[in-house]
Amino acid sequence: MTKAFLGTTAAIAMIAFGGAALAQATHPDTGEALSENQSFSYRLLDQFPTLDPQLIEETAGGHVARQMFEGLLTQNADGTLRPGMATEWSSDDNQTWTFTLRDANWSNGDPVTANDFVYAWRRAADPATASEYAWYVELSQIVNAAEIIAGEMDPSELGVRAIDDHTLEVTLNNPLPYFPQMTVHYTFMPTHQATVEQYGADWTDPENIVVNGAYILDEIAVNEFFHLAKNPNYYGADDVIIEEITGYVINDSSQALARFQAGEFDMMDSLPPATYPRLEAETPDVAHSVPRLCSYYYVINQSESGNPALQDVRVRQALSYAVNRNVITDQVLQEGQAPAYSFTHWATAGFELPTIDYSTWTQEERMARAAELIEEAGYGPDNPLELDLIYNTSEAHRQVAAVLQQMWRPIGIEVTLSNYEWQSYLELRGNQNFDLARGGWCADYNEASTFLDLLTSNNSNNDGKFMNEEYDALLAEAATSSDPQPLYTQAEQILADEAAIVPIYHYTQTFVLDPTIRNWPFDNAENNWYVRDIYRVADGS
Amino acid sequence: MIAFILKRLLIAVPVLLILIVATFVMMYAAPGSPFASDRGIPPAVMANLEAEYGLDQPFLVQIWRYISGIIFEFDFGPSFIYRDQDVNDLIAQGFPVTLTYGFWSFIVAVLVGGTLGIVAAVRHNTWLDYTAVGISVGAQVLPNFVMAPILVLIFTLWLGWLPGGGWQGGQIQYVILPVIALSTSFMASIARIARASMLEVLTSNYIRTARAKGLPMRRIVLRHALKPALLPVISYLGPAFVGMITGSVVIDVYFSTGGIGQFFTASALNRDYGVMMGITVLLGTLTILFNLVVDLLYAWIDPKIRY
Repeated sequence: MTKAFLGTTAAIAMIAFGGAALAQATHPDTGEALSENQSFSYRLLDQFPTLDPQLIEETAGGHVARQMFEGLLTQNADGTLRPGMATEWSSDDNQTWTFTLRDANWSNGDPVTANDFVYAWRRAADPATASEYAWYVELSQIVNAAEIIAGEMDPSELGVRAIDDHTLEVTLNNPLPYFPQMTVHYTFMPTHQATVEQYGADWTDPENIVVNGAYILDEIAVNEFFHLAKNPNYYGADDVIIEEITGYVINDSSQALARFQAGEFDMMDSLPPATYPRLEAETPDVAHSVPRLCSYYYVINQSESGNPALQDVRVRQALSYAVNRNVITDQVLQEGQAPAYSFTHWATAGFELPTIDYSTWTQEERMARAAELIEEAGYGPDNPLELDLIYNTSEAHRQVAAVLQQMWRPIGIEVTLSNYEWQSYLELRGNQNFDLARGGWCADYNEASTFLDLLTSNNSNNDGKFMNEEYDALLAEAATSSDPQPLYTQAEQILADEAAIVPIYHYTQTFVLDPTIRNWPFDNAENNWYVRDIYRVADGS
Repeated sequence: MIAFILKRLLIAVPVLLILIVATFVMMYAAPGSPFASDRGIPPAVMANLEAEYGLDQPFLVQIWRYISGIIFEFDFGPSFIYRDQDVNDLIAQGFPVTLTYGFWSFIVAVLVGGTLGIVAAVRHNTWLDYTAVGISVGAQVLPNFVMAPILVLIFTLWLGWLPGGGWQGGQIQYVILPVIALSTSFMASIARIARASMLEVLTSNYIRTARAKGLPMRRIVLRHALKPALLPVISYLGPAFVGMITGSVVIDVYFSTGGIGQFFTASALNRDYGVMMGITVLLGTLTILFNLVVDLLYAWIDPKIRY
């Protein structure tokens, strides 16, 4: 009797279990056969310093926050906006924005309300929080953000308020058509006030954390790994296919690649130098290269402390013309980077590149013109211009710097290379103690101003001290214009004419991805990925 | 003996204080800041950050806060980089890891290295000697940053026997590769020191006397030669043990163990003042402690040494 009963139960359980497994075995939209293993794992180059959305200031933590917290808006696979906590958003004047929130709950069952956003945004600006990304709140032009950060006003004065539980209103200092794009950023993700206040700095520990996204922190060992589990209280939990996420911290890229090839995890970026061409040739379905919104350039010190020759536009143009960018992208780096003649990355949303004259010349023509210009400026191979170039310690930066040195030598520019570790390099560059310095800049949001603002006269990151009134005026106009793109195009033209910087290349993100992982957002130029959108197909499908 | 130990421990206090002050001064003088980035943080934001961590205070206030925190509350302060953690948390998480793989590396290095060295000395100029010397020279010239990738290549990628990294609470399969990679060069050093020292002892007069008495070789080595031959090995082992249990940058970086070894360089490069100080104090304390242990072992082994 007992035996028979057990047998029956087992049979029912098997049918029920098997039935459930069968029901999940195909993707609801595509009909692809799904793997039984719906886990996703990847490699992190470095341990993220924090998972607190208002404190995060680097990409590794940002990727994890994107899985655990959901802001007002998120992104589709192609980087366009998609509703997140907000289902609708609108503004009559691009200055006062209204967001309508959906019914959604935190992982502890509390409802997500407009006040959670108000709390989080005030917290980001509050000097007591001491967030490195407080400047992002200021950048977004929210009323009083700058004064709050400077300690001159109370955080409650921030221009954001909850009209009711489902309506959030944001007031800006001036019209900003791309404000909705900016809300995708982790700094603007909501946090659960009661949890933060109860646990202080420990609120992100697995036993305390409360989230509103698709996954929740389950376990973390600093510098080793972290593990996220599916959040059953997420409003879209039924559509989430991947059940768990694991990230492994592996500093060494070669070691990480060996472990990837041994099948220990599904995805890694920051590949070892010079391995991409081989991986791409051997396993094209695994190795990928996609645009990444970062630009690699050389800063030219045009301030008093730089070599006076650099204030001569002819010298700056000669520096830029003499660089054979194709050699750097095709022969040195070989990861599909695009040669750059503009500061703004070519893949930036809506951005239209001006026709920059010298980009259409052959390299021989550029070299000839560079030689002419440098001679007009009073220098040449017999009377070389001597410049100091600094870069931060890295094999790739060293290679690029060494190649540049060789390219500049024939026209009579002799460059001394010095490398510094990161902190010293930042100090030198920030205080204009250089002639030429390596620079890299990554977009904070997908709009050209994230690049172009950097070179305005008053920008604190304008390390080369490029000063141009016309340029400043264009950017100021663009900030309030309903159609800023033509102004950006004009601004780039000025940068090219004045040779404000030496653009070198536009980044790509190279990575390897297990081919059974599907729906990866290859076209998201900010490389923002949401694990809730991806899934793993059964082998062979 | 007790008085000796007490005296040494008392001396340790000012030594540690000097260490803390010296490290703090160097750190204070180093260019850069834990918060610097190529984003160029606006001055108001930077001021808030510096206020949060007390970096806006005068030097003397900063150093007093730091030292008094350690003495009165055993609090090494916050990490300037890992904002969800403080230094005590980081060391509490990472030190057990390095202690585990460091301890096993020590055992392996001593057993294998000691055996190789002694066998080589006893069978001087035979094929056993040459093999042992060959192994130890090979192990010496193969640094762990070369060993680690080779081990992963063989055991993870080709054979698939062991995971290429991680720790998972110290499960045996995660400990094996780090232990092999870390112990190899220590093993080689121990083998060379043990061999040289044993050779010297074996040619000394009292061993010749023992042989003349007709004692069996085995008894001569174990009973008479081993203890004195171990003296140089032991003075090497004290600092080596500390070096092993505080981990290694290479092991932590290559095997992602989550140990504290990687903080040695990472905290200095990131200007994570709190972690750098915490690690320095930990390393200093352990070094003082194990030098004391070595001295005590000396007294036990060598009857001529008494405290």
